[in-house]
Parts: sequence; C-alpha cells; structure tokens
Amino acid sequence: MSEMKQDSENAAVSPERRRFISAATATAAGLTIAPGVMLYEVAHGRPEEQAASSAVRWGMMVDATKCATGCDDCVTACSTENGWTPVAESKHPKQAPQWIRKLVLQDPLTQMETNLPMLCQHCAEPPCVDVCPTGASFKRADGLVLVNRHTCIGCRYCMMACPYKARSLVHESLNDTQKPDVPRGIGTVESCTFCVQKIDRGDGTTACVEACTASGHNALVFGDMNDPESEISKKLRELPTKQVRADLNLNLGVRYHGI
Amino acid sequence: MAVKLKQFLALGVVVLTTAALAWAGSEDQPKAKGAPQPVITKAIKGEQCVEPTEFMRRNHMDVLDGHRDKTVIEGIRTKKYSLKECINCHASEKTGSVAAVKDDFCISCHSYASVKIDCFECHSTKPKGSIAMHPLNAETAHLKHKLAANTRTSVSPEEMAGVAQ
Ligand code: SF4
Ligand code: SF4
Ligand code: SF4
Repeated sequence: MSEMKQDSENAAVSPERRRFISAATATAAGLTIAPGVMLYEVAHGRPEEQAASSAVRWGMMVDATKCATGCDDCVTACSTENGWTPVAESKHPKQAPQWIRKLVLQDPLTQMETNLPMLCQHCAEPPCVDVCPTGASFKRADGLVLVNRHTCIGCRYCMMACPYKARSLVHESLNDTQKPDVPRGIGTVESCTFCVQKIDRGDGTTACVEACTASGHNALVFGDMNDPESEISKKLRELPTKQVRADLNLNLGVRYHGI
Repeated sequence: MAVKLKQFLALGVVVLTTAALAWAGSEDQPKAKGAPQPVITKAIKGEQCVEPTEFMRRNHMDVLDGHRDKTVIEGIRTKKYSLKECINCHASEKTGSVAAVKDDFCISCHSYASVKIDCFECHSTKPKGSIAMHPLNAETAHLKHKLAANTRTSVSPEEMAGVAQ
C-alpha cells in the first residue's frame, strides 16, 4: 500500500500529468451523462499517428476473491487473441509459451485455496529490460513492457531475470500460423503485451479481461492507472491490493486483491 | 592466381549489378536463359502503391525498416509503409498470401534476386481475416490439435464454429 501511495504522490507533482488530468476533467465536466465514458474516450482514443504517451499508465487489477476455481477463460482468450498454443495442446509442454497462466495457491495450515492468473506484471522498473544486451526488451511510454523481436537475439537473459516467470522463448518455426496483428517467431522471447494491438486500436481493454467479464466472474479490471477517474483507479482506491514480491520494489502494473 | 580470381569475381559482380539494374530500371526484363523470371502480379486492391513502383522496387526495405521501429517502439500505427498494408494489397488471389508459393509477390522477386526474407519468420503472410474458416489459417492454426481431435471427441461443430469466429 505504501508503494501505491508513493505512486500517486509522485504522479501528482508531475506537471505533465496535472495538465492531462485537468484537461480530461474539463471535458468531462461539461457532460451530465456518463462522464466516465467520455473520459475513457479522451484518454484512450489515441490517433494512429500519435506515439504512446507517458500520461497513461496501463495496469490491471486482479480480484483473487472472484477468480473462480477451474476457470481458465483468461488463458484461452489470450491464446486465441495472440495465437500461441496452449500448454495442454503443445507437442512440447515444457517449452510451450505461457503469456498468462492460472495458479492455485494453497495455505498449508488452513488448506484455503486462492485462484489467480499470473502474467507479465509490466514492472515500472523491469529487470528484464535492465539485463537485455541488445535493448530489445523495452518499456513503452505508456508502461507496457515489450520485446522488440527485430532486435531480440534469443539469449533468454530476460527470462532468467524476470521474478514472475512471465517470459518464454519461441523454440520452433511457426510456419505462418501467426495472427496478422501479433507477429511472433522462432528464436525470440515473448510475454504478455497487455494486448498492445488492442490498446493501439483504442479498445482500452485486453482479451483476458473481456473473457473474464464475459464469464461473469469479473475478477479482472484493466485501465489507465494515471487517470484518477478510471475504473481501475477507483478500485485500487477502494480495495486493499498487493504487489507480488513487493519487496523487490519494481512498482508493478498488475495489482492483486485477496492474496 | 589470386589476382586473376579477384578480377574474375569483380567482373562477375559488375555483370550481375548491371543485370539487376536493367531489370529494376525498365520494363524490358533480361532474357537470361534458365533463370526463373520473377512473376509480378498487379496488386488486387488499389491502383497505385504508396510510392512510385521504381522507388518501391529499390527502397521498400528501407521504408519498412523505418516504419517498424516507429510502430514497435513508439506505438505509431500509420498505414503508409506498414508491412500489413503491403500484404493487404499484394496477397495473391490464389493462395491468399504474399509468400506461400514461389510465384507469390514477395517470394517471386526475392528468389530471383537471391535475397532471403526474414519478415515471415514472425509476420503472417496473409491479410487479416482473409480465409477465416480455413482450418489452418492464421486465425485458427494454433487450435489445429483441437480440430484433429474433433473427429474423435465430443466437441460439437457449433463449438468449433464458435472457436473459429
Ligand atoms: S514481469 Fe517479468 S517480463 Fe514483465 S516487466 Fe516485470 S520483469 Fe519484465
Ligand atoms: S532474449 Fe531477447 S529480449 Fe530477452 S534479453 Fe535476450 S535479446 Fe533481450
Ligand atoms: S493482457 Fe492480453 S497478452 Fe496479456 S495476458 Fe491478457 S490477453 Fe494475454
């Protein structure tokens, strides 16, 4: 929690962000119906010629109390959206990519089980970026941590540096089975991109969040953590959340409630 | 001996360059016997490329290279010089692809010029949603194990249709 507070304090003194907020609030102020919807449009309908901006920081909140036993709709949705073969269907399960995976944690004393999805945490201080020898692993202005596959040499340093086991290497030629929106290929490392193709299209959400909502579990919330009026910011203000391995001080883009 | 070899190689380079320039620069293609001529099919969509044909023949790799960095690193998704747009226009009507068989747009010239293409190790060679119901197209290929299993298990055709969509 202290980490979170620090975040908003830091951000609040940034003049760039203050301008952004006041502009957004001013637009919303003129609206009597659903100002939240309007704000969403203002903040995320980025024109295609405009670069991603640090005024936005994309993030996700996972409510582990709502994440259901036996459900892996988020994992299926991610594999369908991004075109990676799920572990159960892979010829080489140990090498299979896992952009997102479902974990069940059990308290050894009480036997209480907690369900949660684990994915790239989109660290603000990403160790994967620190170790990359080529600069292929990078953080985009809006907080997405991505791999530039044009310069990735497949050394896998980032896979070892990531504390969340979020990355995987593509071991085999994909033989033109990729999705047109999601290039991925042999010899390069990959991980959750927060569905960058959807964000840049202006969807403002991700495939896993859409699937979770569609299933009625509503365990995932996605949005702009820099926008105080976004659903995710409101949720984060309301509920106690934790960062996994908060001791590492990486300022994560994924926050968990109920763990 | 070494000098002679070098002269011979230099001559070879000159001849090749001249041939390549002659081909790139004019409509008259060289009638080199045995060498398979590139088949250049007119793009399905559109009348004119984003730049004159002559320019694109020589410089497409440079404009693609510049655009890719802007897209990947900054998130700029303009259509001009986007590889996806090249594919949208130039995919073959027969294969739905720019690089599936030897006469497809990209492969045709690249095999003539003997230049390996790396783009399609990662990028799909087909436009989005072209042949969406094909069991092995880009939209569904990663589910091919399910399709194969379908003949034996209880996954209903309706479910598969749902997946394909
Ligand atoms: S979770 Fe791992 S892959 Fe994702 S940004 Fe952090 S260190 Fe990098
Ligand atoms: S595998 Fe690629 S992204 Fe990861 S550290 Fe090596 S070059 Fe960088
Ligand atoms: S945000 Fe997108 S890429 Fe990341 S886990 Fe969810 S569906 Fe997959």
